[in-house]
Amino acid sequence: MADQTSTPKQKAGAFDIRVVIAALIGSYGLVLTILGIIADPAEVAKAGGLNINLWGGIAMLVFAALFVLWARLRPIVVPVDEHPRE
Amino acid sequence: MPAQDSILRLDATAIDYLIIALYFAFVLGIGYLAKRAVSNSLDFFLSGRSLPAWVTGLAFISANLGAIEIMGMSANGAEYGMPTVHYFWVGAIPAMLFLGVVMMPFYYGSKVRSVPEFMLRRFGPPAHLVNAISFAVAQVLIAGVNLFLLATIVNVLLGWPIWVSVIVAAVIVLSYITLGGLSAAIYNEVLQFFVIVAALLPLTIVGLHKVGGWQGLTEKVTGSPGGGEQLSAWPGNALSGFSSNFLSVIGIVFGLGFVLSFGYWTTNFVEVQRAMASKNMSAARRTPIIGSFPKMFVPFIVIVPGMIAAVLVPELADFKANGSGEVDYNDALLLLMRDLLPNGMLGLAITGLLASFMAGMAANLSSFNTVVSYDLIERYVIKDRPDEFYLRTGRWVTVVGTVIAIGTAAIASGYSNLMDYLQQLFSFFNAPLFATFILGMFWKRMTATAGWVGLVSGTATAVLVFILSENGVIDLPGQGASFVGAGAAFVVDIVVSVLVSLATAPKRDEELVGLVYSLTPKEQRTEVTVRGDHGWYRRPVLLAGISLAMTIALNIVFG
Repeated sequence: MADQTSTPKQKAGAFDIRVVIAALIGSYGLVLTILGIIADPAEVAKAGGLNINLWGGIAMLVFAALFVLWARLRPIVVPVDEHPRE
Repeated sequence: MPAQDSILRLDATAIDYLIIALYFAFVLGIGYLAKRAVSNSLDFFLSGRSLPAWVTGLAFISANLGAIEIMGMSANGAEYGMPTVHYFWVGAIPAMLFLGVVMMPFYYGSKVRSVPEFMLRRFGPPAHLVNAISFAVAQVLIAGVNLFLLATIVNVLLGWPIWVSVIVAAVIVLSYITLGGLSAAIYNEVLQFFVIVAALLPLTIVGLHKVGGWQGLTEKVTGSPGGGEQLSAWPGNALSGFSSNFLSVIGIVFGLGFVLSFGYWTTNFVEVQRAMASKNMSAARRTPIIGSFPKMFVPFIVIVPGMIAAVLVPELADFKANGSGEVDYNDALLLLMRDLLPNGMLGLAITGLLASFMAGMAANLSSFNTVVSYDLIERYVIKDRPDEFYLRTGRWVTVVGTVIAIGTAAIASGYSNLMDYLQQLFSFFNAPLFATFILGMFWKRMTATAGWVGLVSGTATAVLVFILSENGVIDLPGQGASFVGAGAAFVVDIVVSVLVSLATAPKRDEELVGLVYSLTPKEQRTEVTVRGDHGWYRRPVLLAGISLAMTIALNIVFG
């Protein structure tokens, strides 16, 4: 986004907040899923038998995948500067 | 409470710290990335007015999803149950929709850079100064409160000394705001929103699973000291403090729903700034409207866990029955986390809380630096310098604001009651502001003198009612006093403004184009459809209608 006036249509490159969100939530999903798989049964019992690390982790991985998909399908297009700067 | 023997101490392990550290790495990374997009002061203070509506919409609610909101609302959920939803469904959404549909065209369309600047254009310097100074003072003090609360939580949960957490948190927030300005704050708010949801949603699900589902929660709450009335939102007597059902409904709808919430959501620059950062008029109007959709579901991950904690955590259930014990309602979320979450998810839950505290503080600071730089320094102190000067000033103001906030946090750690009072007091300030704005936007006859006289007398009324209720002269339990205070301030402001207006000379019509409804051509008030804004789902008024209908449906289902 540094030089947004150079070409009329330009993809925003690395800094798409959706990708950043997906990266963070995806890493959490990965860590939690692994923790869920190797979970100590006593810990699982704490949550009433629900392995929340595993299910939460999987849900976060799915969420991250959807966000990446969204960013891929609708990339940010930086238009020519429509508002003259004050 | 001494950290060593806190029963709230969480059993955090290396993996939890890893999750927390990962989050902070991302936060700083966003600050660094956002820096590349800052080339002038408008980029720094208003993100160059370039952000898409879903980003500003999420930031809009995230800026408000701070510490006070999450801890306070789950505490209210534990104490009062479902009536707490009024803070969201009555006390936020109608005002957010009103902001998007009615008021945003004036804010965004007039190209002002802050809410006080609108005040300046409509009413001139006196009203502007009153508004800008009181706003800046309030923001920096509230930032200090947020900072102190964050440090307290870190101290209780992890055992770090308070001053260490105060400084670490302040330095992190400071780094990303001075680097990336409002963009960094907004992008982080969006990230924070998802982290907060990722933290609280699993907690709610585990809690509901453990308590036996919604059915189980219903049975347990009915059997608890609160009784079955805590399961329905209306009439909410315990919350409003009125014993009559009729008065309670009136109090909630007018006091909370109209005066308090419209004052907060439509004139608070912390919120409005997020919408001003969006890329065009349509996106600016959609910002609060898009925000209203997640907002209506926030109660389910904040209030419901509070209710679960009150029936599931033995210490808290004890407190609710006897009114004494080692814990109180404010600990509801922490107790639930301690009892239910395994390591891993626990780290994420702590991260979510830290994120919410920082969101609040960053939002306060990023609006503080805008108002101080644009509205005070550029306008009255050092005029007509090149833009780079104000960009640099903005960065320094952020540093100064952070230092003051650390000082405030230090004061707050000594006088915790004082900070409660301050916060309550600031909540009153918005009511007269809203009265002045709404009258000024719709009545072209309102004069400049009326602007500041009305504002000052309304605020004085709020302070008076506050003092009377603190001294017990007005005795209303619950939220009754703030409803009455805000209501009185609103009425006094309107009456005084009308009287003063009739006695003084109004501004000429030409000066008020774009600022007053009747003098603004329709084209200027509505958005021009530009590329990327097509489709029925991007029409602000239609979206607002859908949001309102959903809110009413929620009120009926949980009424």
